[in-house]
Amino acid sequence: MAASTTNGFRVIGTRPIRHDGVDKVTGRAKYGADYAFPGMLHGKVLRSPHPHANIKSIKVDKALALPGVKAIVTSADLPQMPDKMEAAGEQAINLNHLSANILARGKALYDGHAIAAVAATSPHIADEALRLIEVEYEPLPPVMTVEDALKPGAPILLPSLRNKEEGPDKETNVAAHLQFKRGDVAEGFKQADYVIEREFKTAMVHQGYIEPHNAIGIYNADGHATIYCSTQGSFVVRALSAAVLGLSEGKIKVVPAEIGGGFGGKTTVYLEPLSVLLSQKTGHPVKMTMTRAEVLRATGPTSGSTIRCKMGATRDGKIVAAQCWLAYEAGGFPGSPVGAGAMTILAPYNIPNILVDAYDVVVNRPKTAAYRAPGASNAAMASETVLDEIAEKCGLDPLDIRILNGSHDGTPQTVGPPFKRIGFIETLEAIKNGEHYKSKLTGANRGRGVASGFWFNVGLQSSATVNIHTDGTVSVVIGSVDIGGTRAAQAMIAAEVLGVDINDVRPTIADTDSIGHTDVTGGSRTCFATGWAVYEAAQDCIRQLKERAAKLWEKKPEEVVFQNGVFSPTQANGVKPMSLKEMAPRLARTGGPIVGRATVNARGVGPAFATVCVDVEVDPDTGKTQILRATIAQDVGKAIHPSYVEGQMQGGMAQGIGWALNEEYFYDDRGILRNTGLLDYRMPTCLDLPALETLIVEVPTPGHPLGVRGVGEVSIVPPPAAVANAIYHAVGVRMTELPMSPPRLLKAILKKRAAGETQAAAAD
Amino acid sequence: MHAITYETPKSLDEAVKLLAAHGEKARPLSGGTDLLIQLRAGTRRPDFVVDIKRIPELTRISFSLQHGLRLGAAVPCIEIHENGDMRKYYPGLTEAAHLIGSLQIQSRASVGGNLCNGSPAADTTPALIALGAQARVVGPKGERMVPVEGFCLAPGRTVLQPGELLVEFQIPAPERHCADAYLRFIPRNEMDIAVVGVGAALTLDMSDDRVVEARIGLGAVGPTPIFAAEASKSLIGKTLDAAAIDNAARLAIAASSPIDDMRGTAEYRRHVVGVLTRRVLAKAAERARQSDQR
Repeated sequence: MAASTTNGFRVIGTRPIRHDGVDKVTGRAKYGADYAFPGMLHGKVLRSPHPHANIKSIKVDKALALPGVKAIVTSADLPQMPDKMEAAGEQAINLNHLSANILARGKALYDGHAIAAVAATSPHIADEALRLIEVEYEPLPPVMTVEDALKPGAPILLPSLRNKEEGPDKETNVAAHLQFKRGDVAEGFKQADYVIEREFKTAMVHQGYIEPHNAIGIYNADGHATIYCSTQGSFVVRALSAAVLGLSEGKIKVVPAEIGGGFGGKTTVYLEPLSVLLSQKTGHPVKMTMTRAEVLRATGPTSGSTIRCKMGATRDGKIVAAQCWLAYEAGGFPGSPVGAGAMTILAPYNIPNILVDAYDVVVNRPKTAAYRAPGASNAAMASETVLDEIAEKCGLDPLDIRILNGSHDGTPQTVGPPFKRIGFIETLEAIKNGEHYKSKLTGANRGRGVASGFWFNVGLQSSATVNIHTDGTVSVVIGSVDIGGTRAAQAMIAAEVLGVDINDVRPTIADTDSIGHTDVTGGSRTCFATGWAVYEAAQDCIRQLKERAAKLWEKKPEEVVFQNGVFSPTQANGVKPMSLKEMAPRLARTGGPIVGRATVNARGVGPAFATVCVDVEVDPDTGKTQILRATIAQDVGKAIHPSYVEGQMQGGMAQGIGWALNEEYFYDDRGILRNTGLLDYRMPTCLDLPALETLIVEVPTPGHPLGVRGVGEVSIVPPPAAVANAIYHAVGVRMTELPMSPPRLLKAILKKRAAGETQAAAAD
Repeated sequence: MHAITYETPKSLDEAVKLLAAHGEKARPLSGGTDLLIQLRAGTRRPDFVVDIKRIPELTRISFSLQHGLRLGAAVPCIEIHENGDMRKYYPGLTEAAHLIGSLQIQSRASVGGNLCNGSPAADTTPALIALGAQARVVGPKGERMVPVEGFCLAPGRTVLQPGELLVEFQIPAPERHCADAYLRFIPRNEMDIAVVGVGAALTLDMSDDRVVEARIGLGAVGPTPIFAAEASKSLIGKTLDAAAIDNAARLAIAASSPIDDMRGTAEYRRHVVGVLTRRVLAKAAERARQSDQR
């Protein structure tokens, strides 16, 4: 690939084989559950069978007496944390809530809430020990929905929870109320010719990573601990585990294993502190892995929600006002992504008058965790289907109404400051001019829908080192885990800067002792921020290499230029230019090894936009929807490795379609989760999706050396609304509840049919 | 730690002796696609697991046009699909067996296990009911024949007494212009469990396209798989026109008694029973009319 260049790049924009590919396809790659250590014990967690209960007592004597059981811990073994927001690593978090989620403190707040943990010589003995732990519960009425939680007199989950509005004396299930306002919505709606208002409900859904959570904790007698685990952020695991255990961060080393999917769900801790605590108690390494049922009952999910969205537009399609009300299920502890929902719901459009109210509500469901553009898919389901109705009223093409109102540089964001250069309009135009949208869709019960989405993306801190080896090969060391082609992309950036072949670069993901602080892989930040650090670290190598060349040639460093992979003096006078490969063996003689270093606290992040077009066919007799064709256009800034960028676009779209059609947490009337396996928690299989088509749009992020924009998340935002709009255009019903599963859709179709028959009868 | 003794009897006699000796503490193992999950989830905790896959009577398919079909209870579903006679003469039962799980699961799972698990949603059971299959059961007190529609008593419960073993299914040879079909509704396109399953077998008199014999089996719409007797009877002697099919669909709905659960509401399931009954009758009739070509 040495000779090919795209847009002035030699490596960036090409599609080399990923460096971790062979390990992953041959099964050699080590995931969290693949590690084992001498003398290792196995840990298991006892979980609450009640969604809401006071824990009166926990008796462990019988379990401890079982041969092979080495230790049992409960929340009494964890330090009591102050019940307030505190810094833990780079984030502010209520450590009391975090600790009480890891092991319930006095109260079980959801079906599956961890009560106690056992370490034993085999996983079977640990399982048996769980049966022997005697817990006395006082069951309390469960609160399963935001509506129930908001009712006056609703059972209270957290007696200490307060919010500013209701005051310091009022017990509540509302953890926070946020409001965003611009202009005057009442005045705005007066200018509108059409006003559409709808209420939406979206189900709680899980990230659905294939690899369950895992951790091995090894506590040493000298007070240091090591954690092996699959995570999106080794430094987050270190900070949160240290905080929960009352250790200083420096006492813990986290070794990140390969990760079998995360999608946001592996940015917090569940088993990690427990494995260290059990190791501390027993003196042995302790391995813990979750079952699928544990993953679904007690980790992840993202919020179900109730959203009201009212939008007004003039006859010619100009949106003049929008008002939204969002209430998200936080789970048993505060912290739903409702704030992000509120800030994304109207972000794609330039609307002069807006009012958005957002409520974070605790319910007896698992504490929610980040999930790919957290909170934005729910929100877009509401705003993007209401906008489709408005387009229909105005007689406008759904893409045209978006182009007419779409945000561009200078449009104020929901939070206030204007957007810089963004590529939203470009994604709309890419779909509009694409073969899919131009193609004719024919056949009964078929329809096409479009929808758009926005996600902020973040920058944050990353570190990188680049080592030049004596044979001219290069190693790149980063602290971001490989979650979708990270190694390949980072190696490509180094290869590009250093003028070497991609196969001469070896990327490595280091543990927390071996690389500078690197924030979590989240917010689509890795290629943007870690990529920036790698770029700067490689540039640091170039600076140092110029000094060495200058030394060899008895010139000043500024008299050496580096171009097309070759170092040469500004004035040639007989000196032979050298590549990095030729310089490398000479490093020992010119001052020793070269290590390039860089750290960034990346600013100027570029927000992401995407537009999706979906064709569906609905079986009107069963309510089942088939996805016939789906295309996404996404502004990616600059695609480093286009295959992995496309993979992110397709992956988000696949998850969004799952969310649209069948995925949902199903609790029975006692508050017990019924679908604790992947048979009844229905993610799409490869037979449920067509080949997902991608249109890469490149509007470079200003300020970033390569123009990179985060690509990981926004692709999940438009699909639910796009599918809903397609269903409407197929069978004429507006769906306002996710998932649009066959029973729900059939009910809507039959209701419409019955209404039609009543009308026809009335007409006779 | 709970220990399990694993037994591998080589003959029916040996198996029955083992099962009789351990009673409720023993559980037969065929493909294990239900039992292993139940062991892991702790919903069954047997002390003895009796692997029945080494008993000749349980692992063979024998078919002749004179004697019909004898299908061993532990024959893996994939072998049914790979058997030319099965595909030709019992396409409905074959497609039901071929719908269960993935190819890997089909390589383990058996029709007998599907029935003995006692799930109302078992895919192969409505197909067996449609074919009028009889289950041959052997136990310490001898053997008996049980019509498949009478085999299940409640979710997870069957007529099998402690020590009894389901050995094989016996199905009559198909007449001319006789064919079966099975359809299920699932929210996804594969790897799923029936929300509703309907099996049908029809024998037609080709001189006037009248129904000579009809049987309809329903799955996942009651505590056990159901033989829709009234719906079946309503078709006999009729021409298979839209009115007859609609009437049978209506009677099939009446025969169902579904509940609301995470896989669908009762209302939804009743509606889909009607939809699938209409579709499966059309499919079986189509096959019966073309059965000369087989």
